[in-house]
Amino acid sequence: MTWVGRSLRRFEDPALLRGEGRFTADVAIGARIVRFLRSPLACGRIVSLRPPPDMPADALFITAADLNGTATIRPMLHRFAYRPVEQAVLPADRVHFVGQAIAAIVAPTAELAEDLLEAIELEVEAETALVTMDDALRPGAALVHGIAHGNVAVEGIVQSAECDTAFVSAPHVVEIAIRSHRQNATPMEARAGCAAYDRATGRVRLTASVQMPHMLRTGIAELLGMPESDLQVIAPDVGGGFGQKMALFPEYAVLVWLARHHRGDFAWIEDRYENLIASAHSRDQAHVLRGAFADDGTLLGLEADILANVGAFSAYPTTCGVEPLMAFAEYPGPYKVPAYSARARGVLTHTCPMAPYRGVSRPVITFGLERLMDRAAKAIGIDAVAIRRRNLVDAFPHQTVTGLTLDDASYVETLDDAVALLDIPAFRARQAAARAEGRYLGLGLAVFNERTGYGTPAFAARGMGIVPGYEVVDIAMTPGGEVEVRIGASPHGQGLRTALAQIVADRLGLAPDAIRIIHGDTDRTPYGWGSFASRATVISGGACQTAADKLAVRLRAAAATVLQARAEEIVLRDGAAIASNGSSVPIAALARQVHQRSDLFEGFNLAETASYDPAGTFSNACHAVIVEVDAETGHVRIERYLVVEDAGRIINPLIADGQVRGGVAQGIANALFEEVIYAEDGNILTGTLADYTPPTAAEIPAIEIHHRETISDATLTGAKGLGEGGSIGAPAAIANAISDALAPFGIEITEIPATPPRIRALIRAAQAPR
Amino acid sequence: MSRHTVAFTVNGIARRVEVEARRTLAETLRENCGLTGTHVGCEHGVCGACTVLVDDVPLRSCLIFGVQAEGASIRTVEGLAAPDGALDVLQQAFQDHHGLQCGFCTPGFLMLGTWMLERSERLNEDSLREILSSNLCRCTGYQGILDAVRAAARTLGRWDDDAGISSPA
Amino acid sequence: MKPAAFDYHAPETLDQALALLRDHGEEARILAGGQSLVPTMAFRMARPSVLVDINRIAALAYTNVEEGELRIGALARHAWFETPVTPHPVGQLLATIAHSIAHAPIRQRGTFCGSLAHADPASEWCAATLALGGTLLLARPDGRREVAAEDWFHGVFTTAIAAGEILAEVRLNLPRPGWRYGFAEFSRRAGDFALAMAVVAMRVEDGMVREARIALGGIGGRPILARDAAASLVGRPAGADTARDAAGRAAEACEPQDDIHAPAEYRRDLVRTMTRHALERAFAA
Repeated sequence: MTWVGRSLRRFEDPALLRGEGRFTADVAIGARIVRFLRSPLACGRIVSLRPPPDMPADALFITAADLNGTATIRPMLHRFAYRPVEQAVLPADRVHFVGQAIAAIVAPTAELAEDLLEAIELEVEAETALVTMDDALRPGAALVHGIAHGNVAVEGIVQSAECDTAFVSAPHVVEIAIRSHRQNATPMEARAGCAAYDRATGRVRLTASVQMPHMLRTGIAELLGMPESDLQVIAPDVGGGFGQKMALFPEYAVLVWLARHHRGDFAWIEDRYENLIASAHSRDQAHVLRGAFADDGTLLGLEADILANVGAFSAYPTTCGVEPLMAFAEYPGPYKVPAYSARARGVLTHTCPMAPYRGVSRPVITFGLERLMDRAAKAIGIDAVAIRRRNLVDAFPHQTVTGLTLDDASYVETLDDAVALLDIPAFRARQAAARAEGRYLGLGLAVFNERTGYGTPAFAARGMGIVPGYEVVDIAMTPGGEVEVRIGASPHGQGLRTALAQIVADRLGLAPDAIRIIHGDTDRTPYGWGSFASRATVISGGACQTAADKLAVRLRAAAATVLQARAEEIVLRDGAAIASNGSSVPIAALARQVHQRSDLFEGFNLAETASYDPAGTFSNACHAVIVEVDAETGHVRIERYLVVEDAGRIINPLIADGQVRGGVAQGIANALFEEVIYAEDGNILTGTLADYTPPTAAEIPAIEIHHRETISDATLTGAKGLGEGGSIGAPAAIANAISDALAPFGIEITEIPATPPRIRALIRAAQAPR
Repeated sequence: MSRHTVAFTVNGIARRVEVEARRTLAETLRENCGLTGTHVGCEHGVCGACTVLVDDVPLRSCLIFGVQAEGASIRTVEGLAAPDGALDVLQQAFQDHHGLQCGFCTPGFLMLGTWMLERSERLNEDSLREILSSNLCRCTGYQGILDAVRAAARTLGRWDDDAGISSPA
Repeated sequence: MKPAAFDYHAPETLDQALALLRDHGEEARILAGGQSLVPTMAFRMARPSVLVDINRIAALAYTNVEEGELRIGALARHAWFETPVTPHPVGQLLATIAHSIAHAPIRQRGTFCGSLAHADPASEWCAATLALGGTLLLARPDGRREVAAEDWFHGVFTTAIAAGEILAEVRLNLPRPGWRYGFAEFSRRAGDFALAMAVVAMRVEDGMVREARIALGGIGGRPILARDAAASLVGRPAGADTARDAAGRAAEACEPQDDIHAPAEYRRDLVRTMTRHALERAFAA
């Protein structure tokens, strides 16, 4: 019996349930409060900026002039015609989006800081804002940044003569234009940071709600020109991230600058309004997808034109290329695509910058591809399941047209499972009966794969100036026999401490509660990249496994000495090292001896380091959903939501299902509920949670999950990543289901969120006399 | 701007604090009482992360001022577990049913759930979903939370098995 | 998101509250449930310099039935209505409506009269009071005055209240048997402000509608009575066709507003459907 595979209750939970979690705002009690003046205009020149007339002595007013000498945020890509857009920590002369931080106020309390904020005298000369991609791409449009001609910050092009040929000769060419509007990842804890100055050492400790603490330290040290070792970054309990908390934000640099220059403790706790307008947004993509099909539904070629509104700046370290280039590289998805042409552009606008968000483009490409499949099936006159089955990759490894290697997976099998579970013939009968009563039921499918757990090679292929990928793990056994595992990854709610403890426990013959996973502190953990891109369990988990194996070698060697046996005969089990003759020593006793009687164990210690940097693996799933659409109101009710998921070996089923359900909920939000809306002048209209509308328990249905576990040799543990998958399949499956429901009207969903007003507008248009 | 001395009890312990009138109860609990288990998620009454019990009913503590709590009996997440840290029935159900991930919304859901289990009306699928729709969670997709409160209600004899089946609106 | 500074008073009698309003004039606002006021203060869209908190005026915390009226005191919370406050069918109507107002914790604090005073166009209580032909009782330093619900709503967040007055009570008529009621609304998420709603009250005798009132809310501006639609019901049989016709009239006659949540045309669609649902529910009651 292994610990891996068990629904172990999470070690994270008791403290969080008792209200004893420690989030950044909890650490910040007593610090001086920082609030930021934010631009009221999307585009303009700062004419004047003066402090509040009656600044109290205990307040501070900080502008770009104070930060003189600070470098600009300038992440880099060395490919894809990337234009290295620069962002000043605080702007000296121009503003680029509504909500951009212009100046900081420091006061003893948040209430007083906000009073002062109102009294700052700011004058900005407004200029015409480019808010939409259409605005920015219009010939002759002004430039958001001078270096990006045509407002294109990054562009990937692949042109294939074979693809052209396929389109010329194919009997069926099917096209679809899709739109996924702008979202905000909306972690329940907004951004937050508290920088504390240590007078004894001159170091600053930045506690912040972030996903990449090591990267943040590197970035801030570079910006401020300070020794990196003078900065400690701690990610304490982090209240969700979903990608939004990956980037280096200017606000954190200001906090560290304040702590160093004013030798004190400074905290910024972002409020919800700031988070909604000025943290980082996501999606906002428009794709045109064309498929060339044979008469039997075989896909002969695929063309994609991908536009992503990346906002006003480029997020460090991932750059604004993340979204368009992900779509560019991964559009073929789980299908056999023999020929592929694509163009992907990241378009600069005067809107809030984009950060990666759970799923990164794959919710959009799955929406495009799976809608295309349904449309093609209809055009060719074959079944929606059949066209997928015909085209899904079914032999592995499979080399994709974009150069990716698909490892063992279960694309066809998950589809077949879902189809069997749904009983489609019975559904069709029910659908017909309902239609006769004026009720509209629909069924939608989405099959997809998701590259997860990818290391250096995948990021290097993007030409990133800073190439993430590996994870390092330091493992050590204390004299008391507990295992301390220090990881570079940095979880924010996923339950990684529990999952990694399960992996390590099995390798050392210990119970998981003897394993302490230490994370989120640059002073106490090896350099690492963090938790994002469905990678931590795979990569940090792989490194943990290797580190534990290396520690096990040391333990067996020590036990061999104690038990006077050969190391090869020793097994670690149930907390003991056991020799083949049955003699044994408790591992805890062994640890104490090794530490305290080094005279007996020459050359021994109980610490090891391991790293892991895999090429990547592909998880896959089929989502299936049945909806009912009220044709009078446009309301969509989800009757059944089914996921057949294959993420390889499941370390902890309880946690895995939680990740899937949470992801699906965010995917439903993407499909039906959430949209950041800008006015024409670049003002943002969705600055409250009554206007930007994450769904509640009343809107999210029970989600039925079935697992397959295809163990590929692409990862050490057999586990594939699954943090993002839930969010990837839902928009496509729901859009397909609504389209199926409204087929009598000839309506297809190509724009999400498919809100009730949008659905009603489609129905009204379909019913209008022609 | 008036300042006020306010007296109330939190989790049975008498407190006396001095606050500006404009300080919300949420900030009063966090800043003046040091009880940081109550989280501030939106400050405009939508997310419910700051839900506490005031005189045994759940309120958004960002939507009342600390000064208004004069004489009130307040309960927060810190008061749920036993003094030795043992989780109460609802807290344990949240762990068993994976009703939390990042844990930020959790205190609000626990206080809402505590009230749901104390009310005179027994819970059923419809009231479970209706009341739990009060608060936002971004991690769990809600199912673990619904499962946890349902399980705790069963354990405590507060569940009405005869009621209808719930489905989202 | 911190409110601007203000002075705070918590009077224990209505007279004290009125005196505070008189002393502080336009600067002062009444704080009852605060579930709408406090968020607007957090965004500093409202910045009263004096708050007069009436929550300690115990004499305002009541609902009772007298002289064929349901009398609702200024501190009656939304949650009190979740179970019928009177066996009269109006009690059940109010209970149904109460469950649609925001969320449980908001309902514990927010007040019926506060909703009328705030006059949000999407307030359920505003539309209900209009449909039920309610009367609003205003306390003022020199006594009291009454305003009919039809004269109360002037526009978004504006009412017939005058400086120095406190909305002390709302009275809803509990007519003799024969009256039936229906309510329907549409919102994106549970607890959200409705994008459209309808509250109907009608007297049906021998299967025929004899009198009817239809109030619409959530369509912008202020809640309105759909008079033509209501008139069209009179003399017709209670049934699906009647409901459909009247709902169509209500939709055509109203002038809904555009906002980020819904274009006007969509709201008109919803008015049609919600009115029909409300009528059908009343017929079936």
